[in-house]
Amino acid sequence: MLNFRRQKEVQPNYGKVFLTFAKNSLIRDMTFRTNFLLQCISSVGWTLMNVGFYLILFQFTDTLGAESGWDRDKFFLFLATTWFINSIVQAFFMPNAEEFSELIRTGGLDFALLKPIDTQFLISFRKVDWSSLSNFAAGIVIAFISLRNLAIRETNPMTPTIMEVSLYLIFVSLGIAIMYSLMICLSATSVWLGRNQTLYNFWFYITNFSRYPMEMYNRGWGRPLYGLFTFVIPVLLVVNVPARILAKPLDPRDSSEWLLVGWCLIAALTSVVFSRWVFFRALSSYRSASS
Amino acid sequence: MLDVSSKLSWKLSSWVMIFRTALEERLVYRGDFALGTLMRFLPIITQIFLWFAVFDAIDQKGENTSGMIGGFSFEEIVAYYLLTMLGRAFSSMPGLASGIAKQIREGEIKRYLIQPIDLITFLLLNRVAHKFAYYVIAAGPFALVFFLCRNYFVDGWPNLTTVIAFILSLIMGFLIGFFLEASIGMIGFWFLEVSSLLFVYMLFSFFLSGHMFPLTLLPDGIEQLVTFLPLKYLAYFPAAIFLQKIPEDELLYELGLEACWLVFFIILCRFAYSRGVKRYSGFGG
Repeated sequence: MLNFRRQKEVQPNYGKVFLTFAKNSLIRDMTFRTNFLLQCISSVGWTLMNVGFYLILFQFTDTLGAESGWDRDKFFLFLATTWFINSIVQAFFMPNAEEFSELIRTGGLDFALLKPIDTQFLISFRKVDWSSLSNFAAGIVIAFISLRNLAIRETNPMTPTIMEVSLYLIFVSLGIAIMYSLMICLSATSVWLGRNQTLYNFWFYITNFSRYPMEMYNRGWGRPLYGLFTFVIPVLLVVNVPARILAKPLDPRDSSEWLLVGWCLIAALTSVVFSRWVFFRALSSYRSASS
Repeated sequence: MLDVSSKLSWKLSSWVMIFRTALEERLVYRGDFALGTLMRFLPIITQIFLWFAVFDAIDQKGENTSGMIGGFSFEEIVAYYLLTMLGRAFSSMPGLASGIAKQIREGEIKRYLIQPIDLITFLLLNRVAHKFAYYVIAAGPFALVFFLCRNYFVDGWPNLTTVIAFILSLIMGFLIGFFLEASIGMIGFWFLEVSSLLFVYMLFSFFLSGHMFPLTLLPDGIEQLVTFLPLKYLAYFPAAIFLQKIPEDELLYELGLEACWLVFFIILCRFAYSRGVKRYSGFGG
């Protein structure tokens, strides 16, 4: 009994540990301030190029897909959602997943395993890439402009309700959880493969599918992809579900949309549980490196 | 007389040696390489669906009767993306500029100042060998993807003139890509850290070379400016030739213009190198 209590006492305060990680990363970033600034500028440059591309696209068409409802302003709201989710994944998880495979390769994982803290937590949150959050800011600007355009336009002006905004925030977090799980699963495979350079490209190529309204793929030979990326590797839900809640491309809503929302909830929970399982499976197959 | 010919044969044999070493070095990871090449085509799938959605909406509305955007039909745009992949396979130079800058920073460059090997020739031969190895391995994946997508090439094979012009534009695209990036690498003689500058260049090149979309989609004023820049030779130009978007009587003129840009970058690169070497000072062993 006494033993049990003592063990409880030494449980680390995860919030505090995370704040320390974040603070340390910020201190590191601020040591090389010019570099940090240049990184921010180049990510914003990338954003501007994408915005430019879609602006050009919408000069030729009113909507993406006939009767899909994704007009320019609604699509830019979709784009902002992609930007929110990707910037958070890049800021918090990407640097750590990269480090994880390196730890496995070099045997540095031994030290992580010895620490009195949940290993998955330690591996997932050690580093924060603050400069990636500049894209989050860019996303806010895009979202603000498109919401404003949607509110003041002459045909079907719309402003989201508080209910919709809160649902949006919840499902953005669920989307992030799906992306996080996918990333953990991919980086954990480096235990078995030793090296996973191609897997990172794989991550980029898979998430590339999540960048567009999902119904776009639901035709012809895209159907198998649509099914795969909705039900097996649910990356299509990540941006689509929150963006749909806020942008309402179809008004009145189709009843199938609510099924999608429910499925997104289940998929997010399942992915997190599954990724934790894969992570621990990987740890148990880990056999250190070097002497 | 004998001296000249022996010098030449020595030079040739050293070139062959450099080429062979680089080729062998590249063929070590061929499996990973072939798989990586195949995966690089995956983003084109999203592009196909995106453009289908765009053309679908245009057809539905029925205002744009030609069914064309910037002079491209849906099939042609997909073919365009596939062809830019081919163009980039020639013109992209991963790690060239950063490699030169690193050699300058770490003092490795003094090797070329002492040994009777010219840095630019050495790098060019290396690149040619790398590209050669790349085509040998990537030919399979490329052929497979182009075969699967053959229906997007609605006009079939273009005529012989176009094919010759296409091949010329690919080769010149390779050389322009090489000398352009090498020139950027030479900036390392003046500023030790060029990685952020390179990133900016890569961004611009992705957008302005036509890798992201056909340049004719740009608004008029901007299009004229962008097509004047040499970046279009890296991706847009070869694809446009293959799809016969450049009138046949202008082909020779356009290719001549490309050759001028190539000469410009060769001179720029040589000039920057000779100036840079004068500035350079190496210490220690």
